[in-house]
Amino acid sequence: MNLFRLSLRMLHRDWRAGELRILALALMIAVGSITTVGFFSDRVQLALSRESNRLLGADLLIMGDRPLPASYADKARQLGLKIATLTRFPSMTGKEENNLLTEIRAVSPGYPLRGELRLAGDTSEIITEQITHVATDIPASGTVWIDEKLMAGLEIAPGEKLEVGATQMTVAAVIAREPDHSVGFVNMGPRLVMNADDLAGTDLIQPGSRVTYQLLVAGEEEQVAEFRSWAQIQLVPGQRIEGIRDARPEIRSALERAEKFLSLAALASVVVAAAAVALAVRRFIQRHLDGCAIMRCLGASQSTILRLYLYHFLTLGWMASGLGCLLGFVAQEFLARWLAGLVDTSLPWPSGLPAVHGLLSGMVLLLGFSLPPLLNLRRVPALRVLRRDIGMTNLHGLAGYAFGLLALSILFIWEAGELRLGILVMLGFLAAIAIFALFGWLLIKLLLLVRPQGASAWRYGLANIRRRTIASVVQAIALGLGLMAMLVLTLIQNDLLKDWRTSLPPNTPNRFLLNIQTDQLQPLAEFFAQRGMRQPDLYPMVRGRLVTINDYPVQVGDDAAEARKKQLLNREFNLSWINELRPDNEIVAGRWWQSGDSLDNELSMEEEIAETIGVKLGDRLTFDIAGSLFKATITSLRKVDWDTFRVNFFVVVRPGQLEAYPINYITSFYLPPSQAGTMHELVRNFPNLLVVDVATVIEQVQKMIAQVSRAIEFVFVFTLLAGFIVLYAAISATQDERIYEAAIFRTLGAKRRQLMRAWAAEFAILGGLVGIFASAGATVLAYVISKYALHVSYTFNPWIWLAGILAGVIGVTVAGLVGTHSTLSQPPLLTLRKIG
Amino acid sequence: MNNRAKQAAHLIVQASALTKQVDTGDNQLTILQDINLEVNAGESIAVVGASGSGKSTLLGLLAGLDVPTSGHVYLDGVDIFLLDEDERAALRSRLLGFMFQSFQLLPPLTAIENVMLPLELSGVNDSRRAAQELLERVGLGMRLRHYPRQLSGGEQQRVAIARAFVTQPKMLFADEPTGNLDSATGAQIIELMFELNRERGTTLVLVTHDEALSSRCSRRIRMASGRIVN
Repeated sequence: MNLFRLSLRMLHRDWRAGELRILALALMIAVGSITTVGFFSDRVQLALSRESNRLLGADLLIMGDRPLPASYADKARQLGLKIATLTRFPSMTGKEENNLLTEIRAVSPGYPLRGELRLAGDTSEIITEQITHVATDIPASGTVWIDEKLMAGLEIAPGEKLEVGATQMTVAAVIAREPDHSVGFVNMGPRLVMNADDLAGTDLIQPGSRVTYQLLVAGEEEQVAEFRSWAQIQLVPGQRIEGIRDARPEIRSALERAEKFLSLAALASVVVAAAAVALAVRRFIQRHLDGCAIMRCLGASQSTILRLYLYHFLTLGWMASGLGCLLGFVAQEFLARWLAGLVDTSLPWPSGLPAVHGLLSGMVLLLGFSLPPLLNLRRVPALRVLRRDIGMTNLHGLAGYAFGLLALSILFIWEAGELRLGILVMLGFLAAIAIFALFGWLLIKLLLLVRPQGASAWRYGLANIRRRTIASVVQAIALGLGLMAMLVLTLIQNDLLKDWRTSLPPNTPNRFLLNIQTDQLQPLAEFFAQRGMRQPDLYPMVRGRLVTINDYPVQVGDDAAEARKKQLLNREFNLSWINELRPDNEIVAGRWWQSGDSLDNELSMEEEIAETIGVKLGDRLTFDIAGSLFKATITSLRKVDWDTFRVNFFVVVRPGQLEAYPINYITSFYLPPSQAGTMHELVRNFPNLLVVDVATVIEQVQKMIAQVSRAIEFVFVFTLLAGFIVLYAAISATQDERIYEAAIFRTLGAKRRQLMRAWAAEFAILGGLVGIFASAGATVLAYVISKYALHVSYTFNPWIWLAGILAGVIGVTVAGLVGTHSTLSQPPLLTLRKIG
Repeated sequence: MNNRAKQAAHLIVQASALTKQVDTGDNQLTILQDINLEVNAGESIAVVGASGSGKSTLLGLLAGLDVPTSGHVYLDGVDIFLLDEDERAALRSRLLGFMFQSFQLLPPLTAIENVMLPLELSGVNDSRRAAQELLERVGLGMRLRHYPRQLSGGEQQRVAIARAFVTQPKMLFADEPTGNLDSATGAQIIELMFELNRERGTTLVLVTHDEALSSRCSRRIRMASGRIVN
């Protein structure tokens, strides 16, 4: 207890003497940055998924092929969730002699719970966003809303009567956009929305009807999650749960990438702060060597010293990390307000988890970099009280920093949630440090050969660097790593994020056309040509049901875990064929077919689907295509970049195997909002075509990218702050030596200007070294991150070298001179006396 | 207790065949050679000699701050080089007080906290009262809450004296205690040190190159080139 009190007292005094400020500030910034991103991601992810849920019309759907038991709705109500029901089935609707198979959707009040349904009352002109309005209620009893396809097919207009089963209903409005229209490539026929109360009167639901019953649920994230886990257990065969992440791979993929970008941005500031922590701990230890030696001399055991400083660091760590959390909380609130315009829904309150994460991260960082030097500090020989030249324990050892890097890697793995990324980064940093150390040492030794004539400032500057070889290398490594992290973040912010943004250019395909028949190819091409639209790329496909795996019939269990598998296997797969692997596809197992391969039927499957249905490389699959069996062996698994919004297939085969089966085509193209009316004509001219509108999904992803870009700009402020601190820490590291040096030089008659010039030269050389290290490291790291973590293409940016070297030279020189300026104002005698 | 220890019972410090060599890279440099020394309890001895004669090295070895190349040192009958680092530290806290030329106070601690430090490190609970009494005794009753940097050299050395005596040590080791002080202040410090030494019956081992100061000790040992020359 005594020791703890003593430790607190020393901590208090050290703090007042300014010994711990750099350390505490560095920690605060690291924790602040992690928690800002943590809190903010937490809130934005909740908000984004809520916004994404607009595409689903709800936060969660329970679907069943029989009426859902009341227990689901009861439980949802009990949890305070909003509910609505939707009953969906195909049926004929008609006007006079015209009849059309229509998807009927009978909805209860409240629908849609998320997002909006837009209606057009007047269809005399082309339906554009401007002439539509948001539906505030569901169709009144006795009325229906129909989509353009049904309107075109039945040649019916608002105000006219429509036969729906046994009743006649009035068309009240035309549906311009439905929230859940673009989710999943199903339900693409003409649509009709009616009031659920009218359903019984239609007599349309009879035993054996193909009906899907949906319960829509929305509310607070926590309750929705609770409901989901509860419902998961209740599901019986024929029932399933769907959330937005289950439905759209593009959204999921974009969300995951957004999370990675934000985490990387936070980690960049953590790396810079870690460099500052490492330098600050080193200086702390250096400045406490004498104190430890005195205490050893006065009888303190090694464990006493260790405990004393451990208490010291633990107390400081908790306090600085706690303040960092507070800083993070305030910053994220500020960020949330700043981005308020980008997120339509109000941001939900964050959970407390990011704070716990931040606190622990701060401690891991601090202990990672302070424990090895503390273990060394306790071994300071007591003899140092008599001879100050001894007792500089191993402060420069790579081993000490390796422990810190290990801690940093743990943080990386934790923050990025990826073991591979963590290990990559750790190895990257270790390699960078080793290479920096080696090259730094070699460069400094090479400087020995340079003997500038006349220019005394450069001569002294060089001499200083040579004299402080180890300290200079340590400074260059820390500053180099700091600047490297900042440059990487700049690259991420500018190049990588731009790449992502440009992967979704304004003309990203926003409509998919399916079910194009071979004889429609020519008329369709003419249709596009007449309207001055670019000819879309057409992809052939045949539909087939998977019937056997390795010649065993496919089997699906009835439990909830198998629901997705069942859903996939119950549907037909779209099988296509391509010769060359597309850039948005990447082989993750096996190999892509080559021209010289044997002609055995080869098949490539998307990896997640393969995992879901439980097949692997080498498995032999049989598909039933229009009554005939097609067998093929899985020779490769692909990772597909879904968020490019291009046509992609779960299953592709080698060309030449499927051409004989009944083929239809699929395409995607960009339709500008001003030409929305074209779809009207397209539907009229080609009634069999299925049109899927993904414009809202694209908007969603583009919005997400915009948010991430701005959030990263915000997080960059933390990195910049950490950068200043690491600079200050690096300059402070040699401060004591400089004070002494200045005293000697000035005693010998050196002018302040002469000393300043010599130091400026020294800092400029050091800064140059830092710039070279940082630029080289950033180039390699950005390449690795873009290729292995973010999966975006990387283009070498030569400007980073110019920026890095300039930032190094100017930053280190200016900060160095500002930082050391005050040392010149101390009277030399005072300094020399102090040193004794 | 072995024979040697029994024989040394009346001796408080005993060094035998103490040699210290350091490796200079090319060859071995002998700093102390075959030093034999006995100091009785309550005695005050001055170790004098020119700069580089090995005085401070001897002090470091006698206090167990350093380890010899060969030889033994017994403090209060204990062969200190049979102990490990931590055991020697514990022995120092029990037996020894120190004064140094550069005072060696901890800058972040106040005068009273510096004096309390050795007691706190050895786990004594009420260290404040003892520290305050001693500071008052050395004339710094009004300076308890001052930091070393706010004190003059003479005052800092007074704090060091208080810290050295606060544990009521059997021996006081002083290394050039007036080396950083002007002669008037130095004289006051010496006066105080001898006074307390007398009061508490402490054995004093004083390293100095000041002949006048050494003459105040009961015995003087002169060193040259790592040997005792008289």
